[in-house]
Formats: sequence, C-alpha cells, structure tokens
Amino acid sequence: MLTFTIRRLVLAVPTLLFISLVIFLLLQLAPGDPMAQVPLTVPPEVKEKMREALGLGQPLYVQYWKWIVQFFWVEPQVLIDHWFGTSFSTDNLRVISWQTRSPVMDIVIQRIPQTLWVVGTAYVVGILIALPIGIYSAYRQYSWFDQIGTFVAMVGFSVPPFFSGVLVIVIFSVELGWFPSIYDTTLVVDSWESFLQQLRQMVMPVMVLALQITAQISRFMRASMLDNLNQDYVRTARAKGLTERTVVLVHVLRNSMIPVVTVIALGVPSIFGGAIITEQVFKVNGIGQLLIGAIQANDLPMVQTLTFIFAVLIVVFNLIADVLYGVLDPRIRYD
Amino acid sequence: MTDKERFVPDEGLTPASTAIPAAGELEEFTRPPRSQWLNVWDQFKHHKGAMAGGILFLVIVLTVFVGPWLWPLDATTIDIRARNQGPSLAHPFGTDQLGRDTFARMMAGGRTSVSVGIAAMLLALGLGSLIGVLAGFFRRLDGPLMRLTDLFLALPLLPLLLVMMLLFREPLNAAFGPEQGIFILIVTAIGVTSWMPTARIVRGDVLALKEREFVLAARSIGTTNTKLIARHILPNVLSPIMVSATLGIATAIITESALSFLGLGFPPDYPTWGRLLFDATDYLQQYPERVFWPGMAISLTVLSVNYLGDGLRDALDPRIRGR
Repeated sequence: MLTFTIRRLVLAVPTLLFISLVIFLLLQLAPGDPMAQVPLTVPPEVKEKMREALGLGQPLYVQYWKWIVQFFWVEPQVLIDHWFGTSFSTDNLRVISWQTRSPVMDIVIQRIPQTLWVVGTAYVVGILIALPIGIYSAYRQYSWFDQIGTFVAMVGFSVPPFFSGVLVIVIFSVELGWFPSIYDTTLVVDSWESFLQQLRQMVMPVMVLALQITAQISRFMRASMLDNLNQDYVRTARAKGLTERTVVLVHVLRNSMIPVVTVIALGVPSIFGGAIITEQVFKVNGIGQLLIGAIQANDLPMVQTLTFIFAVLIVVFNLIADVLYGVLDPRIRYD
Repeated sequence: MTDKERFVPDEGLTPASTAIPAAGELEEFTRPPRSQWLNVWDQFKHHKGAMAGGILFLVIVLTVFVGPWLWPLDATTIDIRARNQGPSLAHPFGTDQLGRDTFARMMAGGRTSVSVGIAAMLLALGLGSLIGVLAGFFRRLDGPLMRLTDLFLALPLLPLLLVMMLLFREPLNAAFGPEQGIFILIVTAIGVTSWMPTARIVRGDVLALKEREFVLAARSIGTTNTKLIARHILPNVLSPIMVSATLGIATAIITESALSFLGLGFPPDYPTWGRLLFDATDYLQQYPERVFWPGMAISLTVLSVNYLGDGLRDALDPRIRGR
C-alpha cells in the first residue's frame, strides 16, 4: 500500500508538470496585450520597458522556468515566512497579477475563505441529505419514495446551476424577499445578528450547489446499496437473527460506503470547478469569480495560476480516492 | 446482423411468458428468429420514463427545427412598439425589450443549442470510440493512449474551455465569419474535452471482446485488423456508445449554455438558450418570467435526454432484458 502511494505520488509530478506546460503554452497563444489599458500618451519605448518589467521580452522556456520556480519555490517560502516569521523570500520576485500588480497568491488567499465556506457547506449539506435518501431508496426499491428520489436526482442532474440559481433568486429573493440575492463578502461575523445574516445569504448558493451534489451522491449510494443487499452475507446476517436495523445500517451500509467515499473524494475538485457558475450567479467573490474576472481582463499570470491550482486539486483528490479505496477495501491490493 | 444475435443463446428462448400459452412449447422454437433490436425495443417500451423522455425530446427537436417555418414571426424582427409584452395570443411567450417575439427567439436559440449538442456529441463520440478501440485492440497503443486519457481527465475542463473561448475566438471569426466561427469553436472545444469517459468504456469492452471465440475464429480465417474492427468489434460495442451518446448530448447542451451564460459563448445578437437566459437575468426584477422559458427549455431537454439514456442502458443490457 505504501509503495503504491509513493509510486502514485511520484507519477503525479510529471502529470502536473505536463498539465502546467499545456496551460502555459495555451496561454502564450493569447491575443490580448497587458499594455492595452495603458494610456496612448505613453511613448512606445516606455511601453516596451514596462513589457520587459513584466517579463514578457524573454524566450518561452525562460518564462516557463521562471513561473515554475516562482510557483514551486518562491511561493512556499512566502508561506513559511508568513507562518514562522522567517525571511527566506525577501528578495525573490513572486507571481505578479497584471490586473492589480500585486502577488497572485495574496489575492487567491483572500478569496479562498468565501469559496470554502459556501462550497464546503454545500458539499457537507448535500452529502448529509444524499446518504439517507440513497439508503432508503435502495432498501425500498421501486417504492414511491424511490421513484420520487429518482425523479429528484434526475432533475438535479438536468437543471444547470445557472438556471436553478436564477430560479431561487426569483422565488426567494424577488417574490418572497426572504434572502438577499447578492452575497455580501464584506460582512464580518462578530455578533448573533451578523451570524444570522451570514446564514441567510448562504442559504441560496448552498441550496443550488447541494441539489446537484445530492443528486449525484444519492444515486451512487442507491446503486452501491443495491449491489450489496442481495449478497449472501446479508442473508447470513438475517438468518443469524440480527435485527433489520443492524443488517442494513451496519453490515450493508459499511460495505456500500466504500465506493461512495471514493466518489465523494473525487467530487471535491469538480465542485470547485462547478462553483465558478454558482459564484457568478450569486456574486460570491470566491476563486471562481476571480478566474472569470481574470479571463475577461486578460490577466494571464492569474489565469495560469488558478487553472493550475484546479489541476493540482484534481490530481491530488484522484490520488486520495485511489488510496482510500485500497485502505477501506481489504480485498483490493495494488501490488 | 451482428455476432451477438448468434452468440447469445437465450435470445430465442426467453419470451416464455409472452408466448401464447395455448400454442405449446413447439411454437417457441418454430417462430421466426427475432432481431436483437426488436428485443431492445420491447424492453425500451416498458420503461415509462424513457418513453416519455424520448417523445419529449422528439417534440423539442421537431419544434426547434420545423417550427420556424410554420411560425409567422421572425426571431430578429424588431417591433419597438410591442416591447416588454406579457404572454398573449400573438406572442405566446411575450416579447423582449426590443419587441422581438420570445417564442421565435426560443426556437432559433434551441436550433443552435440542440445543433451544438448533437455536433459536439458526435465529435466526442468519434474521438472517444476511436481512442477506445485503438487502445483496447492494439496492445502497444494501450499504455500511451490511456495515459493521455488520464491526463485529459486531470485537466480542469471548465476553466480551460473558458480560456479556449478567449483565445481562438478572433482567428476563427476571421476565417469563417462570426456565427460559423464560434459554432466550430464551441463544438470543437466541447468535443475535445469530453471524449474521455467514452474512450474508457469502449476500451474496457473491446478488451473483453478481443478474447472471445468469434474474434479468434475471424482472425483464423485471415480477417485483417480493419475488417475485424469494422465487422466484429464495432457492432458489439455499439450499446455503450449509444448510451454515452445520449449523455453526451445532455452535457454538451449544458456546457454550451454555461459558456453563453458566462458571456463567452455566442455573440449577443445570435440567440441560444444560454444567451437568452443570460440576457433575461438583467430584467430579473421586472420580468422574472423571461428567465423561465430558456431555463425550462434547457432543463427539459437535458432531463428528457437523461431519461432516454437511462432507458437505453436498461434496454441494451441483456442481463436486465426480459425482466
């Protein structure tokens, strides 16, 4: 198991390098010019100097190498400095955003809490709703509960977040006026009042995201439970005289959870990707909105770093899912 | 005329319950052989959701492609005096802020959305089947092609799609004109980023098929690889391909709408469902019903296609068939 984990970790490095190269090369084709916003009165030779200051005059491989160094060597140093108060990174140049002329990572760190709050809550809520639905649907297969569950899951698959988001805004914000339609990120939670307000503004984005997550995971849970319910060991457990509750919730559930747990792990990065649209609808200024803004403003270092962070998340969670599968299911051996 | 017909022995014997009881057992064996697709259709008919989904999808496709010829109003005619109207007999879905008929715009938008969905699905399916068959059939190609698939699966797709939209819009617009160019761009972008699941499923099936006796038999009479794939492998992996085709249409329609919704899809004067939804959000406070039509159209289309795929999967699975 350990060798497998180490081998996968080592394999992840070339994968990530290749992905970063693909992203880098793709972005090099970009037609946009970071100097487009500079006033026309600035003479061309000054513009050329500014361009060189951004590191644009160098050959491609130098630019790529410098980005790699900045991302994997300088940024971790900054993080260590921040945590322990050391000064490793004082003279090194960091990845600078063209939009704001400040380090990309600082902006990302500012934006991450909003995304994590909304998306993380939605993920937890979605899973908590999905598991009981999946278990009961499988236990009472083809009952009315199962039929409704199937239909709701199909709706969850089919209604895209940019429609369900707008729909809940129309219903709960425009018509009923219960929740604010725009997520206020400047809100500081320091009292009971502001905590309630924070809850109120989180309800709608969480609802939209949780619908999709519930749809996916409840289907997996149901299928996995159905696979196990007809196994011989279930009949044995019943024949031993165990209560129905113990049979289903202990014996069957524990075995059915194995694939579901890996699916949950696999879903984490895709939720970050899917949150791009939800964040846009509710004006949550998280990572997704940052990416959209950066793409529209032609801020290549920002786009590159964010896309690469998404790629890292995907690779890491794929790895976690594979390892988890091996740890949870003793029948699976990777060697 | 696929190999499956001859190789699945229980095909002719299963309908014991459907045979006429008075005719006795002999009737079962003397009946003319049934085609595999008739069996599939019989099973499909029993799936109520799939039938409803199929009919709904057909209705939507017909409305969207035939409707504009029957409907008198044009999607681009501006009638500024009739702007912002609610639903009426002349305009069943009302009109927008420039007095254009929403129903006509919905049909025009649907034509683009459904075409993008089908074209992107065909491209993804072609790529996925090609890579899947090559990886499954030729051992030497298996490793590199599957690593490639893993790499593509690890790419963050939505951000990359957005970046691709940004990068290639101008050159393609210049080469093919604004509408053709963006159509080609969106179809290619979606197709290139969604072939991986098909490739994996097809590879798995091909790997299993390759070891079957009929492939060995075909090889021993000197069938070339190309013929073997075309005649024996492809017809037998048709069912997983068909299921991923339906699901592919659904994801392609959603992705196209998402791109249009983020303002990076089709140009503003060229309606698609996603674009109509995006434009309607500006008038959310005054005319919330405008959001409803395009959103409903996207959701219904995707829902019907998903149910269709669900039914197809059940109907094409010989283990479930006949239950």
